[in-house]
Amino acid sequence: MDTFIQTFFNLDIMSQAFPLLLKGAVMTLKLCAVVIVCGLAGGLMLALAALSPNRALRWSAIAYIDLFRALPPLVLLVFVYSGLPFAGVRLSPFMAVVIAFFLNNSSYFAEVFRAGINAVPKGQTEAARATGLSQAQALTYVVLPQAVRNVLPDLLSNTVEVVKLTSLASVVSLSELLYSANMARSVTYNASPLVLAAGMYLLVLWPLVRVIARYQRGLAVN
Amino acid sequence: MRFIETFFNTKVMADYMPDLIHAMGVTLGLAVATIITGILCGAALACLRVAGLKLVNFCIIVFADIMRALPPLVLILILFFGMPSLGLNISGWMVVYIVLSLVLTAFSEEIFWGGLTAIPAGQWEAGRATGLSKAQTLFYIAFPQAARRGIPPLVNRVLATTKLTALGSVIGVKEILSVSSSAQSFSGSATPLTMAAIAYLIIFIPAVIASHKIERRYHFAT
Amino acid sequence: MTQPRTMLEISGLEKSFGDIEVLKSIDLKVQEGELVFVIGPSGSGKSTMLRCCNRLEEPTSGAIFIEGERITDIPRRDLDRMRLKVGMVFQGFHLYPHMSVLKNVMLAQIKALKRAKPEAEARALEMLDQVGLKHKADAMPAELSGGQQQRVAIARALALDPGVMLFDEPTSALDPELVGSVLKVMKDLRDKGMTMLVVSHEMQFAREAADRVIFMDGGYVVEQGTPEEIFGNPKSDRLKTFLSRVSHEDAGAEAD
Repeated sequence: MDTFIQTFFNLDIMSQAFPLLLKGAVMTLKLCAVVIVCGLAGGLMLALAALSPNRALRWSAIAYIDLFRALPPLVLLVFVYSGLPFAGVRLSPFMAVVIAFFLNNSSYFAEVFRAGINAVPKGQTEAARATGLSQAQALTYVVLPQAVRNVLPDLLSNTVEVVKLTSLASVVSLSELLYSANMARSVTYNASPLVLAAGMYLLVLWPLVRVIARYQRGLAVN
Repeated sequence: MRFIETFFNTKVMADYMPDLIHAMGVTLGLAVATIITGILCGAALACLRVAGLKLVNFCIIVFADIMRALPPLVLILILFFGMPSLGLNISGWMVVYIVLSLVLTAFSEEIFWGGLTAIPAGQWEAGRATGLSKAQTLFYIAFPQAARRGIPPLVNRVLATTKLTALGSVIGVKEILSVSSSAQSFSGSATPLTMAAIAYLIIFIPAVIASHKIERRYHFAT
Repeated sequence: MTQPRTMLEISGLEKSFGDIEVLKSIDLKVQEGELVFVIGPSGSGKSTMLRCCNRLEEPTSGAIFIEGERITDIPRRDLDRMRLKVGMVFQGFHLYPHMSVLKNVMLAQIKALKRAKPEAEARALEMLDQVGLKHKADAMPAELSGGQQQRVAIARALALDPGVMLFDEPTSALDPELVGSVLKVMKDLRDKGMTMLVVSHEMQFAREAADRVIFMDGGYVVEQGTPEEIFGNPKSDRLKTFLSRVSHEDAGAEAD
């Protein structure tokens, strides 16, 4: 029992590692902000393209979405970070992470938005167009607010997935939370910093997971 | 032309093809083992929750929340680097298998449980009224309906989890990504990474397309 | 006496969906202040004709004029301006569920007509008052009965000061006891001189309130005339068959 505590919950090591982890957490937050905002915006654009009446646009959007949903995000990241330099494109770890995760996230968010938009009855658009609103106005004021409401739990759980995903950035030595924790682990030969990092992830993500569960239960009852 | 030399070098492809095919086997084996374990354990936990034992249910909920909130890579590193200190030497393959199975167990438990709570009370009453025990009603009436309802989200989650097998590369499991990464550094060519991407697409594109079909087919149930 | 103005004119209108010809050749005029009623069996193309009048459906050929302007060949970017002149009320109401009743009536005024907010609000309240629902301005659509929702939908269209109002089976989705309130609003509108083209199964209402009744069947206008002519003295066999069937079904209860 004592070895177990010494291995995973060594408070001395944790408090030593804490400042480093805190810095890592700040980087994780920065990364999340960029990746989530880009993913949401890109996902929305892709969803609209995938629903467009223009056949070429629609099929290229669907192909993009399926392609990047099929590739594991870590594979994308390694490809962007280690593969692109061969083509003369050398990216900082941060940029590589942002680009690789954008390709992945925007596809996932696109699927969510597409489902949400599809669930808004066609009559809503018709009613809006019949009162003289343009296509863009009907979308902005009538369809999208309802679409987002339809899929809010899915958007939230996708966002949780994105935050979890940022931990992969440690593989390309971006000094985010997990990288810092693993660094501390290798210096101290002790797994406690990793457990501390796990605790920090939980602190932020557990409440979100609870909210999503509540929401889904509410929908099931209705 | 240089682009093709870099990313689609046929000589490099031929050199590493056998290794990569072997690695695909490892990835697939890991994926199948994870899927079977995760879904069976998730179904078992969801059924256990029906019994209504307060303490047991509380533990299941906490377990499912934590597994859904934590980045899998954090868990992988904790197990991989922590276990040896406890005198338990487990292979990288085993670590990835355990962690991904736990993650899939948590998600599938929540999906099955969500399905079970959505079964109308009348179904239970009908089962009990025709002389079935509570357990029989669960196995023959409630759970099959819950499982059917859960198929679309479960398929998506299974895909997401099996793609995480690429995380094995971080702790030296000889799956597709790690084999191609090391091939890339040995050969000094980006071609092995292209091969990895293609290998993943061969496995996952059919799965993604199948998931679209399944989603449409079971749409009424969600 | 001066010739009354033609508000809506349909000439040689045809519409096909793939191989199916829904409208074969439709000619129709609605004068200012007239209430024209369109009846006919389900699938006779009544709704499609109505939806062509603001180009929710694109006509296959033929011309439609709104207040003398040919709208069938104006470019798509001018559609929104044209649609402001044509109010439309749908069978399914289609209120925006995420906005209050007042916001529903204000949205297009502000975004399409570019009215200032206070003006739009005043106008919305005035229109809600006209349909008897001013007290529900802050309610959400889901809190209203079907009849109330449809009256809000009418107010939403009226707030844009359209020259013509199109009604696409406005009472078909309503419980029988709620139909009356909607018909009363339509009657008031007629008394105020609104030009209206109505597709509906409410034969009794057509008898009381319509200036002219159009009978459509198989993609054509088969017969038209005053309510007395159409209901009292039908000429074509098809109209006779239709009327006897409808009266058997106890007029107005025909499902869509």
